[in-house]
Amino acid sequence: MSLFLFLSFVALLSALGVVLAKNPVHSVLFLILTFFTLSAHYLLLNAQFLAVVNIIVYAGAIMVLFLFVIMFLNLNEDTEPHKPALAKIAATIAGGSLLLIMVAALRNVHPAGYDPATFDSQIGMVDRLGMVLFKQYSLPFELASILLLAAMVGSVMLGKRETGERNF
Amino acid sequence: MLLETLGWQSLVILVVFGVSLLIATYCTYAERVIAAFLQDRVGPDRAGPFGLAQPLADAVKLFTKEEFFPSGANKALFIFGPCLAMVTALMSSAVIPFGSFLKFGTTIVHLQGIEINVGMLYVFGIVSLGVYGVMIGGWASNNKFSLLGAIRAASQNISYELAMGLALIAVLMMSGSLSLRDITLQQSVPGEWHFWNIVKQPLGFIIFIVCAFAETNRTPFDLPECETELVAGYHTEYSSMKMGLYLFAEYVNVFVASAVMSVIYFGGFNFPFQYELREWLHSSRGLSLDAAQNIVAILGVVSVFAKIFLFIFFFMWVRWTLPRFRYDQLMRLGWTILIPLAIFNILLTGGLITTGIIPEIKQWW
Repeated sequence: MSLFLFLSFVALLSALGVVLAKNPVHSVLFLILTFFTLSAHYLLLNAQFLAVVNIIVYAGAIMVLFLFVIMFLNLNEDTEPHKPALAKIAATIAGGSLLLIMVAALRNVHPAGYDPATFDSQIGMVDRLGMVLFKQYSLPFELASILLLAAMVGSVMLGKRETGERNF
Repeated sequence: MLLETLGWQSLVILVVFGVSLLIATYCTYAERVIAAFLQDRVGPDRAGPFGLAQPLADAVKLFTKEEFFPSGANKALFIFGPCLAMVTALMSSAVIPFGSFLKFGTTIVHLQGIEINVGMLYVFGIVSLGVYGVMIGGWASNNKFSLLGAIRAASQNISYELAMGLALIAVLMMSGSLSLRDITLQQSVPGEWHFWNIVKQPLGFIIFIVCAFAETNRTPFDLPECETELVAGYHTEYSSMKMGLYLFAEYVNVFVASAVMSVIYFGGFNFPFQYELREWLHSSRGLSLDAAQNIVAILGVVSVFAKIFLFIFFFMWVRWTLPRFRYDQLMRLGWTILIPLAIFNILLTGGLITTGIIPEIKQWW
């Protein structure tokens, strides 16, 4: 329980850091820390596979690209464009209403808890996950993989060398 | 009982940590000796017998050098970069099985930092984090050469991670387990003629070793620190021990990559005739079963380290033999050769498993 509280504290603190940091590179680093705390939460739920995949995909690949782009753009406080007041007010209202809706939706929710007699502690293990994915949800899984394949083919097409184009 | 096991386990973790650092230290020495050997020179031989105290002398030199912060550098991240490189390098040796187990009475000590059932994915995840140290350090230096080095490192690591992961998937299809201990144990079945994974996965191994060279930023893929183009790449502005940490992290990475390769493809702590040896020690030499097991386990540790040292030597041999790639050649090799080859390897493995040419894995332990 104390571990959970500590992790939640770090998660919230680093999530706040993402929004409040002036330097975009710091924001990205805080976001990486947030992903790590989320992975630690998955570990507490005994979902080792999900925890590690979260680190590989988000912290290891996506955030590297984020950092990559931000370093190239050389954003800092001096070059940051000044946002008009209207945009700030609109963003505040939109964010505030989202918060309101989430609080309203979750206000009356009672966590279901678990029954120790029927609870399966191995549910998050990789072999169990594979069984569920490939037996119960094989059609959605295959559809998602086709979607990813299409995205990959698209990016290869975009990066393909045009006829007559030479870089060296 | 539990406390005793935990005590032993923490001792194992400490030893693994110490050994990783020690090997990385002596890698710096080995690199120079091997470079000297390949270039027909003498190499370091002044400090201590055969120059064995050279790493200590280097450490003293690095610690006493001036610590320098470039103007306009982001100071916190400038310090954070090398620390992160070191931490991510050291984290992955935790899950590598360096031996089977020792048995003292009722206490069983597994010669592995921790055993998790997603061991291989864990190593892969840590490897993918390794690039942050380089990127943060390169960016925080406020130097265009450092930044270019950092960006090269990032794109290179992302590109080669894909092929590396795909090469590992072929192994996973055969093993049916992500645990490195399971993968090791599967490569040797008692009382049977059984091959290591290298025989079943030669193509996968070649892809993996090429990607390992790219992931550890070793020549011929050391484009992030390419001194003919980028001064010294991401560590141009670093001096003193922060520079030392970057160099050190590279050697720890080499050690971990060698360990992963010997575990996944070369049987880890298995060696030929180990079960026969244990049987012989027990029946003919009159040793107790536990003592025979302990001797075989220690020989297993020796065998895994022999394989690791061989791979480390290979890393250095390649470094002092091959010239560096050009950056577009590096990218073309990664995306248009290694990834299609790795996908072909997956299809091939799948075909061989369904036709039964690669036999099904038995859970014998």
